[in-house]
Amino acid sequence: MSKFQESLSRFSITAEIPPPKGADVSPFLRIAEKAAGRIDGANVTDNQRGMMRMSALVFSKCLKDVGCEPILQVTCRDRNRLALQSDLLGAMAFGIENLCLMTGDFPTMGDNPDARPVYDLDSMQLIKAANGLARGVAMNGKPVKDVRPFFTGGVINPFYEPFELELLKTKKKIAAGAKFFQTQPFFDIPSVEKFLNAVKGLDAAFLIGVTPLKGEKMITFLNQKVLTTPIPADVTARITGAADQAREGLLAAAEFVNAIRKIARGVHLMPIGQEENLPLLLDMIEAGK
Amino acid sequence: MKGVRGAKSLFIFGCGDCATLCRTGGEAEVAAITEKLAAEGITVTGGTVPHTTCHELDVQRIGRQHKEEIGKSGAILVLACGAGIQAVGDSLDKPVISGCDSLFIGNSKRQMNFYEKCSACGDCVLNATAGLCPETRCPKGLLNGPCGGAVRGMCEVDQTNKCVWIEIYERLKSQGRLDDLMEITAPKERGKANMPHKIEQPARTGK
Repeated sequence: MSKFQESLSRFSITAEIPPPKGADVSPFLRIAEKAAGRIDGANVTDNQRGMMRMSALVFSKCLKDVGCEPILQVTCRDRNRLALQSDLLGAMAFGIENLCLMTGDFPTMGDNPDARPVYDLDSMQLIKAANGLARGVAMNGKPVKDVRPFFTGGVINPFYEPFELELLKTKKKIAAGAKFFQTQPFFDIPSVEKFLNAVKGLDAAFLIGVTPLKGEKMITFLNQKVLTTPIPADVTARITGAADQAREGLLAAAEFVNAIRKIARGVHLMPIGQEENLPLLLDMIEAGK
Repeated sequence: MKGVRGAKSLFIFGCGDCATLCRTGGEAEVAAITEKLAAEGITVTGGTVPHTTCHELDVQRIGRQHKEEIGKSGAILVLACGAGIQAVGDSLDKPVISGCDSLFIGNSKRQMNFYEKCSACGDCVLNATAGLCPETRCPKGLLNGPCGGAVRGMCEVDQTNKCVWIEIYERLKSQGRLDDLMEITAPKERGKANMPHKIEQPARTGK
């Protein structure tokens, strides 16, 4: 059983630590070292939003080497079933146990818009393939030797409309072998409660997404480009009214995490664009516990 | 004009089928390009708009009918899809100039409105998806439901298109068949889409 899987029996904290856009891993590894032991898993993103970065598999191994438990994200965008399966075997060899498997943003959303989109598999088929490999069976039905177990999960968009369709898809992912789900960011407790109520009875752990807001510019960006439901007005007012907006955003996120602690199995921290503040955010969460 | 590459005289093939419907290779377009070429000092030795231009034996026959005009030309300009252009290239002994960039196999709704609904993948999923093709109409070709990216029901890749998975969901729901979606569709047999395809069957004997 992976350390991350074990943590789900208490309250689990995962955080996104993206690979660098460059060949030097040391700046992000320093963040990982400060977070290791305080988070239960670090999601290593796979060319997130279609932006080219270092291989998630390689960076996951780097995290593991400094004692930080990786959750390797794998998308269907850039690799066909041959490449996906061989990378998954590579993950086993590195002792990487946790996988968060998803479709992946379309290339036109990213910084290489003319890249050929692959999508040979979809997220459901990839979850099934990973679990097959972990049992020693490749996608073509042939046996694979010396395999190791995987703990697989996926993502869910709580604000997707129609939500009935998202729920149906989530049930399919669970049937395919997903054991945990990480969500898009929430910004208020009533929405979290509504969501947890909607997924009640599903046999998987749901980790609530939390993103510290850096300030007015980020709020506008998220509202316009990323989120399907805007950030609540009182949260916006609290941050935009503060003298140090970034610090207020971190404090608000820490308070939010500690409120979620009472109702959910875990949180997933996504300090988008301020990864360096992850250790400070963890300080604040621990102080308010 | 770049594609003409210095040719001084051209023969023109249009197409009476799709290219006429799309207004890229009908009689009117052949006449218009003839005028344009003349203005550039290029002689058009003749032109034709066959019933279809992708039928290679027909193209050979039409080529014989226009033997003299084609003989006087330096190259043949084809205003048709890639299939038509290659039919001319494979059938007649002249350099061929492509006059169209073919985009897709389209369904036609109103005049000059075309929609890509089938990509001829050889592994049809329409029975599982309420007759709406996600292989073609979802940019990611997802087979087991939508990605999480739709914005107010519209596709995140092109927000002028409704997410086809929401359409599939709505159609199945209205037909009381939502349970159909719970089955996990296996990965596609992509080998069937490997190009170039061919079908070679014996002709019917007419019995």
